[in-house]
Amino acid sequence: MSVANDRPDSGTGTAILCRGLRKHYDDVRAVDGLDLEIRSGECFGLLGPNGAGKTTTIEILEGLTKPDAGDVSILGRRWGSHERELRARLGVSLQETRFSEKLTVYETLDLFRSLYPRGRDPELLLRDLSLEEKRDARVGKLSGGQRQRLAVACALAGDPEILFLDEPTTGLDPQSRLQLWERFEGFRAAGRTVLLTTHYMEEAERLCDRVAVVDHGKIIAQGTPAELVAGLHAPHIVEFASDPPLSAEDLKALPGVGDCRKRDDRWFVGVASLVDAVPALLSRLERGGSKLVSLSTHRATLEDVFISLTGRELRDE
Amino acid sequence: MSEPRRPLFALTRARVLEFIREPEAVFWVFAFPVIMALVLGFAFRDKAPEKLPVGVTGGASGGAVGGRPLTSPLLRTIPFATVEEGLQGLRTGKIALLVENKEPLIYHFDPTRPDARLARLEVDDAVQRAAGRRDPLRIREEEMHEKGSRYIDFLLPGILGLNLMGTGIWGIGFGIVNARLKKTLKLMTATPMRKSEYLLAQILSRLFFLLLEIAVILAFGVLAFGVPIRGSLGLLLATALLGSLSFAGLGLLVAARAKTLEAASGLMNLVMVPMWLLSGVFFSAERFPNAVQPLIRALPLTALNDALRAVMLEGKGVAAIGSLLLLLAVWGVVTFGVALKIFRWQ
Repeated sequence: MSVANDRPDSGTGTAILCRGLRKHYDDVRAVDGLDLEIRSGECFGLLGPNGAGKTTTIEILEGLTKPDAGDVSILGRRWGSHERELRARLGVSLQETRFSEKLTVYETLDLFRSLYPRGRDPELLLRDLSLEEKRDARVGKLSGGQRQRLAVACALAGDPEILFLDEPTTGLDPQSRLQLWERFEGFRAAGRTVLLTTHYMEEAERLCDRVAVVDHGKIIAQGTPAELVAGLHAPHIVEFASDPPLSAEDLKALPGVGDCRKRDDRWFVGVASLVDAVPALLSRLERGGSKLVSLSTHRATLEDVFISLTGRELRDE
Repeated sequence: MSEPRRPLFALTRARVLEFIREPEAVFWVFAFPVIMALVLGFAFRDKAPEKLPVGVTGGASGGAVGGRPLTSPLLRTIPFATVEEGLQGLRTGKIALLVENKEPLIYHFDPTRPDARLARLEVDDAVQRAAGRRDPLRIREEEMHEKGSRYIDFLLPGILGLNLMGTGIWGIGFGIVNARLKKTLKLMTATPMRKSEYLLAQILSRLFFLLLEIAVILAFGVLAFGVPIRGSLGLLLATALLGSLSFAGLGLLVAARAKTLEAASGLMNLVMVPMWLLSGVFFSAERFPNAVQPLIRALPLTALNDALRAVMLEGKGVAAIGSLLLLLAVWGVVTFGVALKIFRWQ
């Protein structure tokens, strides 16, 4: 994909650059030779199952973890020489941070605001993240979604140029998730850069201009969500159930079939062309005397991309 | 929008707010030392010396020895019918000494018990005088009941020192380990905050409570027990401040690497229990053998207690306690420096 970003404030072009990143803990190679180039003004997603090395990678880029090998350059600066300058220009939300339960929402945000040389008015941030009603509530009394919104508000307190979000909506209800997505989109729309990790396909598909699929500390695919899906041999998914059910061999015999997987009684079959595969499936069922219980089709998602690349599902790891 | 706060101020303020919203912590800082001083003060308050119980055999004699009544302001006689019963009373600690009424008189007592040795002297003195002994030398006794030399006077500065140590080490240590466990420490290191400012804020937040803490304990001592403050109040405060700083440094050091509350509290006990025992809180540190004195003198709580007592009870000036203050300052600076160096932020 060519750079389609012509906003005047999108900076020098490259927000985050890393080459040959490696990090191991004891015997585990958490990050195993990882390269990334993230452009100013884009929302970039690191997508992968738990334990793929996403958090280690993002924490290396945030300057919180030292890599064993590799180069990191953020906004053209290096952590070793420009740490304080970079800290003032970045916003970070860690996976599961618990703020002090004894402070109020406003006090917590005000504290973080004070740590940055310049930044945004805490009152405005509270409004942006729909926390105005909870302004004077103790953090200990907040719901999971409210806490996560507070974490994002704190990450935005210094009016950052790049926002790092590690699993920002994990464990949240759909409404809280939607609220946060809208905030990230607003931030991105202002020409800022977002790097997020997630194992939610919907999140990556909705928010990210580009994603990198990470598995075992390596990037195994990279591109826009549409490019990744289009790159599949079987970009359509046929979802059906029958009585009696068909076997995997029966399905492989159909034209243009890619990955097949079964969840409960339902088959999910990737096919190159619906026009070829669906009639063939129906006639196969009829010949075998099976009754069709349900049938639907949809375009492949990033989830299917991941399964096709690794043979495993993302979230059941 | 109000002017953004300076980080050091904001961090200190946040820590103070966290603390005062923790009712248990407030209890341990303010109520505990007062209760301790109250209990100990009453246990050791001025009163007539307790009479030593002395057993006398021959129940019918009514406690008379050799036909004469045993009179002494320090003794209380308890008659026993038989020697057997008397020895039983001795064994169980009911009496300090048993006088067996026969010719010659027999004193049964355990010479390793100080009260038994005292009873032996008193009984013998009373018995011999009653039998007609005359002392060759004339003596005059003067009793001392001056304020400032009672046990409570000795104790109160010790409790103040103990409390400054406890709140310094616990308050700072737990706050930090908690923030580390919750990953707020890690998140803060992702901001432009200076690490030394964070640690300094922890210490400053303690100092906020210091004045209150000292005021509560001193006011209690002065009002409830009439403990004197002979030296300058300013010097007393400065001494407490310096002591507090050195313990805050120690608290930082203890919490510098601990990953769990259990590990931190183990380390805190390791640091504090020896000082509870050795540093002259409840009794003078000089009672320990000479060989360990240099070690005891080097402990910050010993220095603080000595300095507090010198100012409060003896009215000493800054020159007299200069070396103690210097020792406290060295402890504070060194522990802060090492803690900053080895601190684990994640």
